[in-house]
Amino acid sequence: MIAQNIGFWIIALVMIVGALRVVTTNNVVHAALWLVVVLAGAAAQYILLAAEFVAITQVLVYIGAVMVLFLFGTMLTRARIGAESDLNNSYKKWGIPVAGAMFAAMGIALVNSFGKEKLPDTAPVVTTQQISDQIFGPYLLPFWALSFVLLAAVVGAIVLARKD
Amino acid sequence: MLFAEQVLTPLSSGWFLENAWLIPVIPGIAFAMIILIGKRMPMKGSELGVISMLAALVLSVGAGYQWIQRVNSASEEQFVSPVIKSWTWWQSGGFEFGIGQHIDGLSVLVLLVVALISTLVQIYSLEYLRGDRRYTHFFAALTLFSGGMLTMVLADNMLLLLLGWEIMGLCSFLLIGHWWEEDVNSKAALKAFLTVRVGDVGLLVGIIMLYFTANDWTREHLGVSGFSIRGLSAWALSGEPNSTVIMIAAIALFIACIGKSGQFPLHTWLPDAMAGPTPVSSLLHSSTMVVAGVFLVARLYPVFFVGLDILGDGGNLIMIIGGITIVISAALAFVQDDIKRVLAYSTVSQLGYMMLGLGAGAWMPAVFHIFTHAFFKACLFLAAGSISHSASHHSFDMKRDMGGLRKVMPITFTTWIISTLALTGVFPFSGFFSKDEIIDNVGNNGYGLFMIIGLIGAFLTAAYMTRATYLTFFGAPRGASAGQSVNDVHDHAAHSPVAHGPHESGALITVPLIILATLALGSGFLNATPFGESWERMKLWVEPRSEVVVEGIAVASESVVVSKNYSPQSEEGHASSVCGSQTPETGVCYAPKLNHAPFKWPKAMISLMIVFLGMAISWVVSFRLYTKRDPKFVGLTQRVSVLRAGHKLLVNKYYLDDLYEKVIVRGIAYPIARTAYWFDQKVLDGIIHAVARSARLVSGWVYRNIDQRIVDGAVNNSASATKYVGGVVQPTQSGKVSQYGALLFSAAAVAALVLVIINT
Amino acid sequence: MFVNQFLFLAAILFCIGVYGVVARKNAVLVLMSIELILNSVNINLLTFSLRNGSTDGHTFALYIIAVAAAEVGVGLGLVLLVYRNKRSISVDDLSEMSG
Repeated sequence: MIAQNIGFWIIALVMIVGALRVVTTNNVVHAALWLVVVLAGAAAQYILLAAEFVAITQVLVYIGAVMVLFLFGTMLTRARIGAESDLNNSYKKWGIPVAGAMFAAMGIALVNSFGKEKLPDTAPVVTTQQISDQIFGPYLLPFWALSFVLLAAVVGAIVLARKD
Repeated sequence: MLFAEQVLTPLSSGWFLENAWLIPVIPGIAFAMIILIGKRMPMKGSELGVISMLAALVLSVGAGYQWIQRVNSASEEQFVSPVIKSWTWWQSGGFEFGIGQHIDGLSVLVLLVVALISTLVQIYSLEYLRGDRRYTHFFAALTLFSGGMLTMVLADNMLLLLLGWEIMGLCSFLLIGHWWEEDVNSKAALKAFLTVRVGDVGLLVGIIMLYFTANDWTREHLGVSGFSIRGLSAWALSGEPNSTVIMIAAIALFIACIGKSGQFPLHTWLPDAMAGPTPVSSLLHSSTMVVAGVFLVARLYPVFFVGLDILGDGGNLIMIIGGITIVISAALAFVQDDIKRVLAYSTVSQLGYMMLGLGAGAWMPAVFHIFTHAFFKACLFLAAGSISHSASHHSFDMKRDMGGLRKVMPITFTTWIISTLALTGVFPFSGFFSKDEIIDNVGNNGYGLFMIIGLIGAFLTAAYMTRATYLTFFGAPRGASAGQSVNDVHDHAAHSPVAHGPHESGALITVPLIILATLALGSGFLNATPFGESWERMKLWVEPRSEVVVEGIAVASESVVVSKNYSPQSEEGHASSVCGSQTPETGVCYAPKLNHAPFKWPKAMISLMIVFLGMAISWVVSFRLYTKRDPKFVGLTQRVSVLRAGHKLLVNKYYLDDLYEKVIVRGIAYPIARTAYWFDQKVLDGIIHAVARSARLVSGWVYRNIDQRIVDGAVNNSASATKYVGGVVQPTQSGKVSQYGALLFSAAAVAALVLVIINT
Repeated sequence: MFVNQFLFLAAILFCIGVYGVVARKNAVLVLMSIELILNSVNINLLTFSLRNGSTDGHTFALYIIAVAAAEVGVGLGLVLLVYRNKRSISVDDLSEMSG
């Protein structure tokens, strides 16, 4: 438990720093790389939460595929590889109070609701088979809907990005 | 234990029963094939329809045979469990939707009727619609219709039943409006579709209500969902359901049956539906589709039994509606000149008998009436089509274009007479064994008034059918059947260059007629109560036994493990139910306990006398009215003045005939019929028109006063106010996504804070 | 481990993501911020899944990953289109809807 706790705090700290760098850095490529750090940290947290399959999927899909997409997007839109000065807009002054207010609301709600509640020490093993039983059992309909969303996304992305 | 336990012999089953789900699948595939490749087939796709129906018929006969074997393999009082198979189609969260089959005696019976009549009607249509411009589409719709009906009959759950029900509604629309170029036809199709849809809302409401109230119980006790017909039956009889909820659900379902089966307030669509081709009228609107409503009541009988308090004191909704329908529609049949409309009103009236029987607890006679009625009514319609096809140049007007056809169309005439005798319930034709049973059982269950209504209906049926028979086959030929339109060059005559005058129809038309007439003659003997218990085969095969069955979830597939003979002294009894005053904790039953009236010849004689009286009176009146019309018609009014003078009341024979015509027919039957017809046309339609007209008036007034003055004024003022406000808030609409995001999230944050503060 | 430590981590990531959406001008960076928000939701789902001992959260986390992938695909397609038409991917330049 101790080891896991230590692990959690280290990873959480890295994630928060990484996330802050994603939204503050002046270099788009750096932002993407910091995002990789956050996503990898999230995958590590999933493992702490006994969700190995989701963690693996996170690594494969996010770090493997989505990040490549981001980098391609950056490249195709000819953003400068180096630092830029005008990545932030004039609403930066709004962002901090809005985010702060949201954090306050969530913080109060979380402290009130869960206080010092602990997670179970021995997490039940969630096998991939259980997850697939769920996907193709009770949650088949959302799965179908999701399949259509993906299909539509594929078609839509091609249509949008065509040259003509 | 106070229950005597005994292990029962397993019931026999077989390939046809286990695979009965193929029966509706075959027409479904045939439909797709007709649509896709039908036009390129040598017979324009009709052969696909006929073959698929023949296949369905063979499978149905197999299933029927094996069902009888199954019943015979059961012991005397054992509950013969239906052959149920179900597969989960899809599930989401806690909901589970299945498809499957539910084969019991009722399913098998209706299956046979539908498959047989569909086959015969398709064969008949080969000739009747030859050369039609939408020949292929006609067969496609006809085949899909049969598939829908078969689906409904075999459905193991309410959703599948609903699917079949709606397929039928759609095909009915397509087929009534088959010749949509004529305005009347497309209007009739629309009217039929919309009227039935009104009822269908009730079906949806009923299904949903039943699901949400029954699901927990059925899951716990039977391991099936709240859509399952078996589960709902057991649930309704378990004494568990709240009486108000099940009553509302039953009423909602019954509204659907009223719409589909053309019962009293919603019956107006059925006669109009005769605008479709005659095979359609025969198949859909006499013997199969309109029976769907009756079938639904019979299928979910426990729900109606408990919900509407069948066999309770006084009448119930089903009986009242059925009773009203019998008399109203029978009276209407007198003022119709169109032969198909006479038959249509007759159908409505006969469906009223079925409903009356079901409502009065006479389940078996009512179901048997479905069976017999299908044969003789299909035969009557096909005979009417045969006349119109071969003798009267596509006219259905009895007064103008028919008469004296018995000599030129001997086969059609014979089959018509047999079916008419069956319809009127003359011994030993099939209608006698079913209709008389209904009337007898209604009386036996203590509903004297409704028994009298049934007898009045029998009288009226005999009378109007005699009138129609007389007009069509007797007397002098008139109009087209006298060959008057031979010289007219028009499209209808063009298809039969060989014989221009009236002639007998071809074999494709007469063979189905002969088959149906044979069945109309003989099918009654399958449940011939007058000859004693051993003749009541149908009751043995079809009627579910109200035995209490003990079953658990684990063995739900082959349900009957142990039957416990109910012991009246038991203190351990669970809920009181209609299966017995007490049902054991783990037991369910699927059918309420019903009585059967003992058959007595004197009672049957009374109803037969009434029928013959109706026939005789109608015959004499028809003869006087239609044949002797010309020589006596002028003198008729003069004799009425004699009537007023009040002389020679009983002396003058013709005067007596005049009395029949003027007083009984004109004075009683005509006004009643006219009033009923007027009520139909004016009041029911009038209400709709009045609603529409008043809506128009109101909307006109609203437009002039409220819309133009108040609303427009308000609009103008508010427009200028909006303009001002718009000027003020315009800066927020910068079009900048980031700003919108900021506003959105801050609003969400504020709302969340408010919620958090309120909740702490 | 407390339930709250995961939930607070998710809350912090969420708020950082919200700040990014509001404050960033480059459309690609806005999309990245949205990814942060989606990941914080996933952490929440898995935390509650562990707390309640059910596997539903896993299923929906997977669904969210799939939806996020679709969203990035379409989003970057849109960004490319905007870039082709405007030679810029600054969301501030997309103000045709201004009132």
